[in-house]
Amino acid sequence: MPSLPPHLKRLEAEAIGILRETAASFRNPVLLYSIGKDSSVVLHLAQKAFAPGKLPFPLLHIATGWDFRAMLEFRDRRAAEIGARLIVHTNPDGVAQGIGPLSHGSQVHMNVMGTEALKQALNQHGFDAALGGARRDEEKSRAKERVFSHRAPGHVWEPRGQRPELWGLYNTRIGPGETMRVFPLSNWTEFDVWDYIAAEDIPVVPLYFAALRPTLRRSGAMIMRDDERMPLEPGEEIEMKWVRFRTMGDWPLTGAHESRAETMDQVLEELRASRVSERHGRLIDNDQEASMERKKREGYF
Amino acid sequence: MDAISASRGLLRMLTCGSVDDGKSTLIGRLLYDAQLIAEDTLAAITRDSRKHGTVGEEVDLALLVDGLEAERQQGITIDVAYRFFTTGSRSFIVADCPGHEQYTRNMATGASNSELAIILVDARKGLLTQTRRHSFICSLLGIRHVVLAVNKIDLVEFDQAVFDRIVAEYHGFAAAFGFRTLAAIPLSGRFGDNVTQRSPRTPWYQGPTLIEHLDSVEVDEDAEALPFRFPVQWVNRPNLDFRGYAGTVASGRIALGEPVVVAASGVTSEITRILGPAGEQQSAAAGEAVTLCLAQEIDIARGDMLAPPAQRPAVADQLAAHILWMDEEKLLPGRQYLLRMGHAWTTASITAIKHRIDVTTLGQLPATSLALNEIAVCNLSTAQKLAFDPYGENRLTGAFILVDRTSNRTVGCGMVQFPLRRATNIHQEAYLVDKGARAAAKGQRPMVLWFTGLSGSGKSTVAKLVEEALHGAGRHTYSLDGDNLRHGLNRDLGFTPQDRVENIRRVGEVAKLMVDAGLIVLASFISPYRAERQMVRDLLAPGEFVEVFVDTTLEVCAARDVKGLYAKAMRGELANFTGVSSPYEAPEAAELVLDGGATSPEALARQVLDLVERFQAG
Repeated sequence: MPSLPPHLKRLEAEAIGILRETAASFRNPVLLYSIGKDSSVVLHLAQKAFAPGKLPFPLLHIATGWDFRAMLEFRDRRAAEIGARLIVHTNPDGVAQGIGPLSHGSQVHMNVMGTEALKQALNQHGFDAALGGARRDEEKSRAKERVFSHRAPGHVWEPRGQRPELWGLYNTRIGPGETMRVFPLSNWTEFDVWDYIAAEDIPVVPLYFAALRPTLRRSGAMIMRDDERMPLEPGEEIEMKWVRFRTMGDWPLTGAHESRAETMDQVLEELRASRVSERHGRLIDNDQEASMERKKREGYF
Repeated sequence: MDAISASRGLLRMLTCGSVDDGKSTLIGRLLYDAQLIAEDTLAAITRDSRKHGTVGEEVDLALLVDGLEAERQQGITIDVAYRFFTTGSRSFIVADCPGHEQYTRNMATGASNSELAIILVDARKGLLTQTRRHSFICSLLGIRHVVLAVNKIDLVEFDQAVFDRIVAEYHGFAAAFGFRTLAAIPLSGRFGDNVTQRSPRTPWYQGPTLIEHLDSVEVDEDAEALPFRFPVQWVNRPNLDFRGYAGTVASGRIALGEPVVVAASGVTSEITRILGPAGEQQSAAAGEAVTLCLAQEIDIARGDMLAPPAQRPAVADQLAAHILWMDEEKLLPGRQYLLRMGHAWTTASITAIKHRIDVTTLGQLPATSLALNEIAVCNLSTAQKLAFDPYGENRLTGAFILVDRTSNRTVGCGMVQFPLRRATNIHQEAYLVDKGARAAAKGQRPMVLWFTGLSGSGKSTVAKLVEEALHGAGRHTYSLDGDNLRHGLNRDLGFTPQDRVENIRRVGEVAKLMVDAGLIVLASFISPYRAERQMVRDLLAPGEFVEVFVDTTLEVCAARDVKGLYAKAMRGELANFTGVSSPYEAPEAAELVLDGGATSPEALARQVLDLVERFQAG
């Protein structure tokens, strides 16, 4: 395997250090595994960080009931290959109320089946640190996020309560009821993630690569209809198109784009030519101004 | 965007400047010109520019980086933001640091992780006190490469004289800061002059554009050339067959077969395996995250440091350091804080603030505490010994943070100057719960009633009556006399003059601690020498030492001879007996003289109690 370029080596070492720091400093950490490319990289780095041992923490997936089927298959296969303990949690209250993105809208759905479900799972298992794949370059309010992001009781993120992070000397101490979110990929860009996936040959969900998929146009986005729960509105029709995804979420809330990038090299090439941001394909971020900051304060990852 | 070769690796830098110097705009410009602004993001800030923007109809590039809602509403930047861009040859991480005085801590945060600083100056305003402050903090945090960005050059008609004057003035005061490279560039973040494109409007400027300079400047501090340092982060023990020490090499290089020492314990071993991210390695260098295996099973825990036996770090529990205070609540000497250095956590207290540094004049100021954003040279004492290097030699092994024990807030950061040896650094601990607080809790003024006089003069009898009366009145008291001290603390002492001196010295120190605890102390000792009674008096605060001379003649004492000692002494069987074979120096200015010959002990005690009452009321 050719050696990594120097900047990726440095980012890799930093992330491994953060993963080890989490294992060493917390009683009961967990890796939030969203099955996207970023958490696939975190998982890969965690394997390296603790080799030759196994992961010293379980994986947690918050299933909303509207996950791409391809993601669930990939999730189960990866967890089995690695021999990791996988916890899957779905908000039972939301299921009982029949919450979904089509019936309740993206905001209610993501709040109940995403944010609330995550808090439930963290509370039920008593996790005191949750590792995630979020990056600072994703969105403006994330640019100021800490590597070790402190959460007050109730998983509340207080912008003024965040601790300064000097050198690599992270303050990992928490009081009763407090938790930490930890982001080993804080300093990675989307390009770094893809370059690393390519260099390390990390398995990712096939949805990142172009294929002929059943799609429909709605609210200006191209949706891949993954099952029959999305009824067609007048004038809508399913078309088989060559599409791929740049970011992963619930299928009714994730926009695809037309592409013939079927290989890693083609994906990298397409990405470099792109003039559209990564989160463009997410239908939940543009709800309102500074929406990410609001979601974070409420406990969204 | 072309292929990301980034062959020169990653450069971490920070931008600092005063409010309105245009930091955010400059970074927005860098991202914009590097074509890293996606179309949908640009559309969003174009919309936001109309709502929050400060540049009229233009797109306000600052909005690309002023992220938090609160900041946009206030039009200021309140926290360090990290930005990323790539040129053909380098990847960059930019820490955008707010410039207001109260956010010095954010600048320190950005600087701690950076190799280079861009210091912004508004061409119209020239150098401000903030410029000096920022330069000093960069220097203190170990930044060795600086770009002086003379911004808004468009607003001074691209005037070379203005630029030259600012640069000359900056060189004047930056000489002391030890910067290895210093590049001054006239530019306009708003219009892009000399940022990525050479400006036709500054034909007099022959130097590189900002991007050209950032792309080419050599910042390799060569951490590999420093001695090997490996702070142990995590002990990896997945099964009985494997025991490895995981961590990131802070400096230097290590190879298979080379010897290492655990700095704190002095135990040595050799490297037998090195596991890196891609598997087995022959060697490991600064910055690499690895797992090391050793030839012997030795006691190593998280927080230990491995080093070459021939080049060990300092190991000490006392050190001198620069401390930058980052909390609203002041630093108090003597208070216990948590200290993190490398992967070691311990408790520490500041034993002395040697001086505060005025970051504007760089002058030294006296200080008894430190407020938010203040910097001082301090002595620290830690509960456990730590392994470290001076910060000037090694940024990663010479830095620490201080954490509040109750709130867990990060309250300060420090940079080690040098270790201190304990013998030369015995220090007074200052405590929050002090003498005044303890005395107040007891509702009394602590004092020492020092009864002196010959053996058998009645000292102990009177002291006993006084203590009973005080105790009955709810006072907190304690009696010290030859009987309870010579059987324990002073058991090793005889009655030679030297031993008598030492006896009284110890009694005096014990009495002082008890006064510190808030007690009324009754000390009954012959204490024949004036000098020692004076020594005890000097140990205490003015007024606290009350000398009570129980003036009973030798004849009366000898006639009483309660313990039969005078008879023994007179027969010559007892050496060094005061009044017989050893002198007694009567007080010359005792606070109270009691006539121990004629008056009843009760009446003498009444006189002492009157004096105590006056003192307590006073």
